[in-house]
Amino acid sequence: MSDNGTFATEAELLDGLRAGDAAAYRRLVELNSANVYNVALKLLGDEQEAEDVLQETFLNAFEAIDRFEGRSQLSTWLYRIAYNASLMRLRKRKQMTTFSLDQPHGPDDDPLLESQHLVDWSTLPDDRLLNAEARAEMDRAIAELPETLRSAFVLRDIQGLSGAETAEILGITVQAVKNRLHRARLKLRDRLSDYFAERARGLHVTA
Amino acid sequence: MSTDDHETCRKLLEQLSDYLDGELEDTLCAELEAHLAHCPDCRIMVDTTRKLILLYRSQSPAALPADVRDRLYRVLKLS
Repeated sequence: MSDNGTFATEAELLDGLRAGDAAAYRRLVELNSANVYNVALKLLGDEQEAEDVLQETFLNAFEAIDRFEGRSQLSTWLYRIAYNASLMRLRKRKQMTTFSLDQPHGPDDDPLLESQHLVDWSTLPDDRLLNAEARAEMDRAIAELPETLRSAFVLRDIQGLSGAETAEILGITVQAVKNRLHRARLKLRDRLSDYFAERARGLHVTA
Repeated sequence: MSTDDHETCRKLLEQLSDYLDGELEDTLCAELEAHLAHCPDCRIMVDTTRKLILLYRSQSPAALPADVRDRLYRVLKLS
């Protein structure tokens, strides 16, 4: 470790954490807190619950750091703790409702839906498609995905993690991640195509 | 549309993610692109799915809100 509390490598950071160095703990939080919060927010769709998961994740990680064996990256380990904490909250929610808000379109092992929405809205520039309302619609579409598909999509396509990292966090195989990601993308495309096609039409009219 | 074409469209749908992620093997990739060249519906399917992924990826990850950060540092006794 250098004197000013920066840790050049993961191994140095881990040494600092194991030695109880306060600067190492601060660095771990600085590097990972936004990612942990954003994943929890996308998984749960609720700011208060995402903040609870954020705090729980680091409290648990600080307690368990001696048992961290270094076989995965620290960030992957933190994501896994945050994912499990989020999953517990989603399950609790499910028990409290008579029908699941997570699965408005039936079970997630539905056969692939063949889309009926074949309007090409893909050529419009991003800045014309993406306003605050569109972002909110995209967030709602994620929230409506079954949990298994939502977590794969959030980690892979939003956080940009690799298939292997995502598999480790979710505790499934890389192939299962690919299958879930594929189904998530098709469902999202199907769900959002009407909306974006409508926006595309509106933009053409006003252009 | 012939049954053969319909079958190819179904196959494309199954391989769409592998194709977009550049993980489809070369022969399948060439077959799929040949199909795309004359199937406007499948081309729209590919283009709009690719666009949707890019739109989600372009949403810059939000920084931690200042009040959330303050409360976290207090709870962790880092402030």
